Amino acid sequence: MRIGIIENLRNFSTRFDLKRKWYRFSRSPLSIIGLVISVATVIIAFAAPFVAPYPQHASLFTDFPHALQPPGSTYLFGTDEFGRDVLSRIIFGFRYSLMMAAVVLALVVPPGVILGLIAGYYRGTWIDTLIMRIADMFIAVPPLVLALSIAAVLTPSVFNAMMAVSLMWWPWYTRLTYNTVSAMRNEYFVQASEVMGASSSHTIFSEILPNCLGPILTKVTLDVGWVILLGSALSFVGLGAQPPTPDLGTMVAEGGQYLRQAWWLTIFPAMAITLIILAFNLLGDGIRDIFVEEAK
Amino acid sequence: MRRQSSTQPLLEVKNLRIGYKTYLGKLKVLNGVNLTVHQGEKVGIIGESGCGKTTTMKAVLRILATNATVDGGDIQFKGDDILKMDHKRLSEMRRKSITMIFQDPTAALNPVFKVGDLLADVIKFSGNIDIKAASKKTLRQKSIEALKEVALPDPERVLDSYPFQLSGGMRQRICIAMSLSTAKDLLIADEPTTNLDVTIQDQVLRLMKNLVEKKGLSVILISHALGTIRGTVDTVYVMYAGNMIEIAETKDLFSNPLHPYTKGLLESVPKLSGAGFSEGIKGRVPDYINPPPGCRFHPRCSYAYEICRKENPPFFDGDTNDHKVACWLYGKR
Amino acid sequence: MDNDKDLLVVENLTKHFKTSFGVVRAVDAINFKVKPGETFGLVGESGSGKSTTGYVIIGIYTPTSGKIIFKGEDVSVHAKRRPKRLKREMAIVFQDPASSLNPTKTIKDLIETPLRIHGLAKNRDERSKRVVELLEAVELPAKDFMQRRPRDLGGGERQAVAVARAIATNPSFIVLDEPTSALDVSIQAKIMKVLMKLQQELNLSYLFITHDLSLMRNAASRVAIMYLAQIVEYAPTPVFFQNPLHPYTQMLLSSVPVLTDQEEMLKPRGVPSRGEVPSAINPPPGCRFHTRCPLANETCRSTAPTFVMVEPDHYVACHLLQK
Repeated sequence: MRIGIIENLRNFSTRFDLKRKWYRFSRSPLSIIGLVISVATVIIAFAAPFVAPYPQHASLFTDFPHALQPPGSTYLFGTDEFGRDVLSRIIFGFRYSLMMAAVVLALVVPPGVILGLIAGYYRGTWIDTLIMRIADMFIAVPPLVLALSIAAVLTPSVFNAMMAVSLMWWPWYTRLTYNTVSAMRNEYFVQASEVMGASSSHTIFSEILPNCLGPILTKVTLDVGWVILLGSALSFVGLGAQPPTPDLGTMVAEGGQYLRQAWWLTIFPAMAITLIILAFNLLGDGIRDIFVEEAK
Repeated sequence: MRRQSSTQPLLEVKNLRIGYKTYLGKLKVLNGVNLTVHQGEKVGIIGESGCGKTTTMKAVLRILATNATVDGGDIQFKGDDILKMDHKRLSEMRRKSITMIFQDPTAALNPVFKVGDLLADVIKFSGNIDIKAASKKTLRQKSIEALKEVALPDPERVLDSYPFQLSGGMRQRICIAMSLSTAKDLLIADEPTTNLDVTIQDQVLRLMKNLVEKKGLSVILISHALGTIRGTVDTVYVMYAGNMIEIAETKDLFSNPLHPYTKGLLESVPKLSGAGFSEGIKGRVPDYINPPPGCRFHPRCSYAYEICRKENPPFFDGDTNDHKVACWLYGKR
Repeated sequence: MDNDKDLLVVENLTKHFKTSFGVVRAVDAINFKVKPGETFGLVGESGSGKSTTGYVIIGIYTPTSGKIIFKGEDVSVHAKRRPKRLKREMAIVFQDPASSLNPTKTIKDLIETPLRIHGLAKNRDERSKRVVELLEAVELPAKDFMQRRPRDLGGGERQAVAVARAIATNPSFIVLDEPTSALDVSIQAKIMKVLMKLQQELNLSYLFITHDLSLMRNAASRVAIMYLAQIVEYAPTPVFFQNPLHPYTQMLLSSVPVLTDQEEMLKPRGVPSRGEVPSAINPPPGCRFHTRCPLANETCRSTAPTFVMVEPDHYVACHLLQK
């Protein structure tokens, strides 16, 4: 019983209602722009060693004779104080930023969402109180402060920066999911599921969860930008990626000293950060549009 | 009340065509709707959900959704074309001449304001009183009068309450009070009692009928509940899939329905005498993206023949002059 | 009538809700029985407690007191605490087809779910076959509809899917909570015909809850009318409509919108509708209907009436009938 690839793709499309979702997404040209740029940055990040003109500049490398050269034909974005190509380092910087976003979100979203589902489903009981008050404790501390304190206690590294960010990020997903589930808790289809004999885990994961995906996916997309920003902030103060790792935030920080004579060291990495965040924000808007109910 | 065909009608919808743009294509909902309301006339529109009755009314007030397009026809109100009115005249018309009561009174009343504030606002800008002379006291006085007219007990307390503190029947009465305190010419009521209990429905409809007659207003009452229409209006329009398909005086329509759809509809209503359930009307409501050509009812009609599939029938006379049917079965007369 | 014959026995069932405004007495000590294969009608307006009764019976709410006995077993608890095999025997069809079907699921998924939960088919193919069977039983074109989602369907079709889902496990009892209120009249007729046909074929019992008396007249074999959490009159259908005795019943019947003069003649006169339903937090003392009843006297205002059997199987709770 072999089904062709086309057939499979078609089934997949119906299963997840992709045609309708694409229609809603594509109504806004900005969403398409966001999608294109986001995908482009992801591809660039993956293919960094092949896309960057001088991949070796991304690690230990010095070429002092060519240091601090302005943007030109050999080095499109100029070179930094070690003679390293800024463009190549930015491309590798994308890699680290996106990797950080991917790891943090992968660590944070599943537990955050699951806790929110459980708290929302058992709303009003001690389970709800326990989970939500713990989440509240983490939310109460300003994000940057918490991340800084954690990162300061641990030895500065990309890994520890990611842990720090993860630790303060999960409660937002719990809260978001909790609110979405609470609103849905008394809908007839949830009652129907329970009355039918479904186990609690079936009701939670099979019935309720698919209806929460809208807000969650939107937030994930928008969070890519925020996580990158937070990671860059940590690197800026030296608590994230350590030299010679080409991290966008570090580049902005180090380039700051040379702002007068070599503006390209700071401005281009900063623009790169802005570009990623903007792209994912536009993509997030588009995803949100998909899940907005069409008015009759 | 006989339809006065000699005087200029208050509202005339002529051959109205409206569509909606959606992801699957364009929904060609209204297919040439014709409707006439005379001064002081009570008109009912019967139709099932999706037939376009609310769309027609929204077109009259020009409150259609943004993805709606007017593809043809016009709406004459006292000689002016509503579809071509400028914003100023339109605003004036909405404030002073035509009002609408919606199905869900809870959604129609702003929940963060007290009833007194809502009413005062409406009365102040209704054009029935001098805005500059409208002191708080005058407005409150007029609000109490309006509430007394709709038989709301304890009007003072109601004015100081928020909508959520009142029952559904009371909220709908407030909406009626708001409409009646401003409307001079036409009241459009879109399923005004569908969300209410049967005993309250009864009371509210009787109330509406009395007040409307007292003030000489014209009414367009829309409902899918046939019984509601029967007790309240003089003339009935039956609507199906974007067309008016039968027009008659109320008594005539219910005792002698002519269009196959109307017949099927009346048969579907369960009878108090206990005769069981009918088969309903076979088939489904048509797809508005690719509506059937000719008469839109033909795929479901047991009497359909060649011409029904090709041309949308115009109105023909039924048994009496005032009874019109848009059906080729009556074309020979 | 002994317990073995009755499918469902409801004894002194009470349900109160604690809210910030006070205790809402939604259902107060009601009693009735449903036999196998019959349709028992529960009529009332909003606030009467009819829907709450249905929800307590199916297990969405836990009763505050009283008993629900299904096929001889005491099931007076929330659905979660009931044995799984009993949940196969009872089903519910809700009033609003839009929210009773999970919008993210396909029709096939929706109908398959009870089959999966109770392990009623051995493999995927058998399940699909059963889904097709069920869709055909409710007169929907199976092949077309399996992959669609609820939002692609009209109200009547969604409700038909809800019915298909309800009969999937071959239950013996279904609670129908205003199954056609949200539907147009021509679709209502179709769904009612399907429900009646299924009842015959599968020997189902229905608890039919509605406010529409014309509908009830043709659907139920026995009717109980509820007002403000209590049953006030109870009779076999033809008797109920020919000889309505409780003033509230008469008021309700007189406000039914009908389409023909013959039906108009069948309606009682003398008790036109007036007043509004009092609050369920503070129901009036004595007979709860006395605030709207044109025939109320002193006894009505102070003492709660008890049931009087006026003729075989016809019970009314009204002081005016006590001799």
